[in-house]
Amino acid sequence: MFSYIVRRIAVAIPTLLILVVISFILMFAAPGGPFTSERPLPPDLLANINAKYGLDKPYWYQIIHYIWNVVAHFDFGASFKYKDQTVADIIKQGFPVTLTYGFWSFVVAVLVGVSLGVVAAIRQNTWLDYLAVGISVGAQALPNFVLAPMLVLVFTLWLGWLPGGGWNGGQWPYLIMPVIALSTSYMASIARITRSSMLEVLNAGFIRTAKAKGLPMRRIIWRHAMKPTMLPVLSYLGPAFVGMITGSVVVDVYFSTGGIGLFFVNSAFNRDYSTMMGITILVGALTILFSLVVDVLYAWIDPKIRY
Amino acid sequence: MFIKPTMMASAAALLLALGPTFAVAESSHVAAGDVLAPADQQTFVSRELDEFPSIDPNLIQDVSGNDVARQLFEGLMNQDDKGNLVPGVATGFDVSADKMTYTFHLRDDAKWSDGSPVTAKDFVYSWQRAADPATASEYAWYMSLMGIANVDDVIDGKQPPSALAVAAPDDHTFVVTLSQPLPYFPQMVVNAVTFPVPQKAIEQYGADWTKPGNMISNGAYMLTERVPQEKLVMERNPNYWDNANTVINKVTYLIINDENQALTRYLAGELDKTEIPTGQYPRLKEEYPTQAQSFPLLCTYYYNFNLSDSGPEALKDVRVREALSLAVNRDVIVNNILQGGQKPAYTFTHWATAGFEAPDLPIMDMTQDERNAKAQELMKEAGYGTGGKPLSLEILYNTSDAHKALAVAIGQMWKQTLGIDTSLKNEEWKTFLDDRGKQNYEIARGGWCGDYNEPSTFLDLMTSTSGYNDAKYENPKVDALMKDARLADNPEADYTQVEQIIAQDVPVFPVYAYASVKMLNDKIHNWPVDNVQQNYYVKDIYKVQ
Amino acid sequence: MVFPDKATADGLIEAAALSEAKGRSLWSDAVGRFRQNKAAVFALYVLIAITLFAFLGQFLAAYSNEEIDWSRLGNIAQTGAPSFSNGHYFGLDDLGRDLYARTVQGTRISILVGLVGSLIAVVVGTLYGAIAGYAGHRTDNVMMRIVDILMSIPFMFVLILLLVMFGRSIGMLFVGIGLISWLDMARIARGQTLTIKNKEFVEAAVATGVRPFTIILRHIVPNLLGIVVVYATLLIPGLIITESFISFLGLGVQEPSTSLGALISKGASQMQYGVIWQLLFPLFFFLATLFAFFFVGDGLRDALDPKDR
Repeated sequence: MFSYIVRRIAVAIPTLLILVVISFILMFAAPGGPFTSERPLPPDLLANINAKYGLDKPYWYQIIHYIWNVVAHFDFGASFKYKDQTVADIIKQGFPVTLTYGFWSFVVAVLVGVSLGVVAAIRQNTWLDYLAVGISVGAQALPNFVLAPMLVLVFTLWLGWLPGGGWNGGQWPYLIMPVIALSTSYMASIARITRSSMLEVLNAGFIRTAKAKGLPMRRIIWRHAMKPTMLPVLSYLGPAFVGMITGSVVVDVYFSTGGIGLFFVNSAFNRDYSTMMGITILVGALTILFSLVVDVLYAWIDPKIRY
Repeated sequence: MFIKPTMMASAAALLLALGPTFAVAESSHVAAGDVLAPADQQTFVSRELDEFPSIDPNLIQDVSGNDVARQLFEGLMNQDDKGNLVPGVATGFDVSADKMTYTFHLRDDAKWSDGSPVTAKDFVYSWQRAADPATASEYAWYMSLMGIANVDDVIDGKQPPSALAVAAPDDHTFVVTLSQPLPYFPQMVVNAVTFPVPQKAIEQYGADWTKPGNMISNGAYMLTERVPQEKLVMERNPNYWDNANTVINKVTYLIINDENQALTRYLAGELDKTEIPTGQYPRLKEEYPTQAQSFPLLCTYYYNFNLSDSGPEALKDVRVREALSLAVNRDVIVNNILQGGQKPAYTFTHWATAGFEAPDLPIMDMTQDERNAKAQELMKEAGYGTGGKPLSLEILYNTSDAHKALAVAIGQMWKQTLGIDTSLKNEEWKTFLDDRGKQNYEIARGGWCGDYNEPSTFLDLMTSTSGYNDAKYENPKVDALMKDARLADNPEADYTQVEQIIAQDVPVFPVYAYASVKMLNDKIHNWPVDNVQQNYYVKDIYKVQ
Repeated sequence: MVFPDKATADGLIEAAALSEAKGRSLWSDAVGRFRQNKAAVFALYVLIAITLFAFLGQFLAAYSNEEIDWSRLGNIAQTGAPSFSNGHYFGLDDLGRDLYARTVQGTRISILVGLVGSLIAVVVGTLYGAIAGYAGHRTDNVMMRIVDILMSIPFMFVLILLLVMFGRSIGMLFVGIGLISWLDMARIARGQTLTIKNKEFVEAAVATGVRPFTIILRHIVPNLLGIVVVYATLLIPGLIITESFISFLGLGVQEPSTSLGALISKGASQMQYGVIWQLLFPLFFFLATLFAFFFVGDGLRDALDPKDR
């Protein structure tokens, strides 16, 4: 296992390099650049600006130069759009925000989702099952851009219980609505995958044997059924966790949390090459890391798995 | 969708009429009879659409950045609540007989937030920095628009920044020499790019000088907190020369991307000022008559016809273009879609622009039925539409609810009145700019905001050399008139004539004249409602009980 | 594509039939089991009803989806509410257009998007994941790192480039949706394959010399179907919403055409402005479609589950 992990980490580096190169090619090929604006800049001025940001160099040079700066100096450059910030500033400020609300959303989604799913599966085709399924289908289908303004309307405007947005260092009143808005659909998905997976496991031979032996249900669930149930849930949780901690544009837009989700989307719209590359590398690294974590967990759950 | 139109600088060219030396008595801010709210309530919280691209005055190019910079910094001149010039760091200025040299007299009690004096050298440093290619300010073109001698050579790197024709003969005198007379030059120094910047902090911290703690500023407020995409907070600068007359203690800008969210939060009492979403003004005006506000704003919304070779054949026929313009019912657009106090536009220049006299155009006096009838007649003559060759046109716009609404409505008006088909094409902002700039369209929306309050800021777009002439309209008469206007003592007639030519040739058709539509806390007094550029100074406003 | 729901059902059943290749009796077994599941049968009727609404509903509309009711424009909150007497059954949208006609047309687009996207996810994602998981070793590593890369690249640029290179069309919308929809599915399928391939029946097949691809199709894929079907129904709402983002960029549906995603997002932005019907009608069809898909999917899963036999 250990040598497998080492190998996977070794593969991560060329993977990230390929990601950087592909992203650069896509970026350069897209119409418009960081300094394309409603009022086209005079050519001389544009030349000055391109020179300052190194955009006057050939594409291959820009890519290699960028990679060199990142590898050798850990320097992600200055943002092309938000000129008072470097990309490192933006990530340092925004990532802890998304990490915080993403982490809590993950905790809530997993706790509530798995419980709902397990209860629904054990009580299949009872009103409890229907209720759990109804809640999860409804929750999953309610788009978060509908849920988010509804929350603000109810808790801020009508009840006056919670602030309508902002972050303020992540104090809990500012955290509640983002976590609800972000976790709801994940929670629902987790509940449904858990339910269906649990149903399959409960039908499997070894559980039937355990039931036949007269083991108490609670014990069967916890000791025997839970681990195999979690396998497909884990495949879902890997990317879901990365999705949550790298933030959500909807949360950032509706609650003004200042996370990197909004920076990422804006950087693409603004053709803010440096910011976009910085966040792409962060997201890529996390994606690769958590697919490794998931694989390690697979092997723990099912020791028969060999890679 | 996150891009704000660039607009800035200011006002009426009639100032010079006051005579060469110009000074105005300071206004006492608080009106008689107003009872101020307690000090802890003297806060101003404003909504901003997006994170400020920069708050370094030399780099600022957007309205929000200017709004922030006007509180943190103070330039040579300020504007009052009508948009007239009032003293800032300068108490006044003299103009030379050839109208090419401006001498500003700086007050001796102006101080930076660290207590050191603001001198003419700070302005020299700032203006040179703004034009310096090494700064690579996207707004350097504004310096060139001001016509300072040698500015273009400096921007091009042909001469060093020190060659810029600005000088500080002593600490309290700042002299600018222009390459040609520019009647509205004084209006231009209210833009942030001309504000002084602290050489000391910039040399010490480099690009980080704008961070709280590093920033030294000379305005009524100092930066105390900034969290990108969340908020920017400033508090009073005790070293500001007029600190005694400042009332508001704390200014907060909250970044709220979604305008509907912002309105909800305004109604929940979290904000003092926010924009009103399209179409919601009448309802809010009824419900909150003292808070819903609409003021004219110097921008024009218009549609471009692609007149270049890549444009459709039908649009090369002026009758078709005129018919399309006539068939657009601007009253419906303004009264039933936008509903925010905008006005129908028949001239490219905004009606409220200082020194603009609109020509008497036939289209203005007709009823919509008459316009439609004439449009049908013109279309028939040209041989298109109902009973003629089928015509199908494509409207290009950047994705946004407001642009979509107009494109849909205009497409339906053309269909119903003229029997032509329109298809709509929306694109993401930068793709849109790329396509429009390369004439890769048939009909495309446009919006233009005045850089200063004078008609040439609009009409320059119609000259064949303008980089923003997306219609690729070329008319030597327009070029000649605009050239003449620059040197004329009284350019109004030229502007009127240019508008007349545009109305005949229809390379573009104006749709409506903008208004600034917002909710403003009614406890705030002294808001500059009559300033058509909506340049506000928080030091001048105050909250009553 | 008049009954797209039937098309998916057929697709899934075909996949199952192909993999099991045991003929007619299995198929009728599955139908029988499906019929016993009342929720699933009811959901199937709902789905058929929504499909009929989406594809035939325009014949009941009094207006087209683009005509503007000029007399009510500008006063929608007061005069644009749903009404049978003026023919605007669902009221007017913010531009004075008939919301009924727009919901019919939007539902049509969105059902197609959901179905095509989830079909691509099911077919491509399952096969890709099963192959990666079954092959293991270097093949697995390469295939899954490709998925990691595709998950992390700025997808927006891919869409913009599609727009620039091929122009806009409904076909390109499906390409865009398809490109993104299969990635998660591939990871889930691969994860499940890792455990399935150690099961006795697979080992037995290997021992008897069955070709790897046959093993994947006959033994791995059928055992994946349960989770695949559930996940496919989970994907649908996301895909329908993704469509409105793709259209935002200019690649997909263009005005005056619309989609449920666009209608809901517009309705949500107006929710506090007294025109709540603009949110409720599209949202109702969105939710009803998703509920129906879920229960049909659940019924199919039970009916097709090889372990139950």
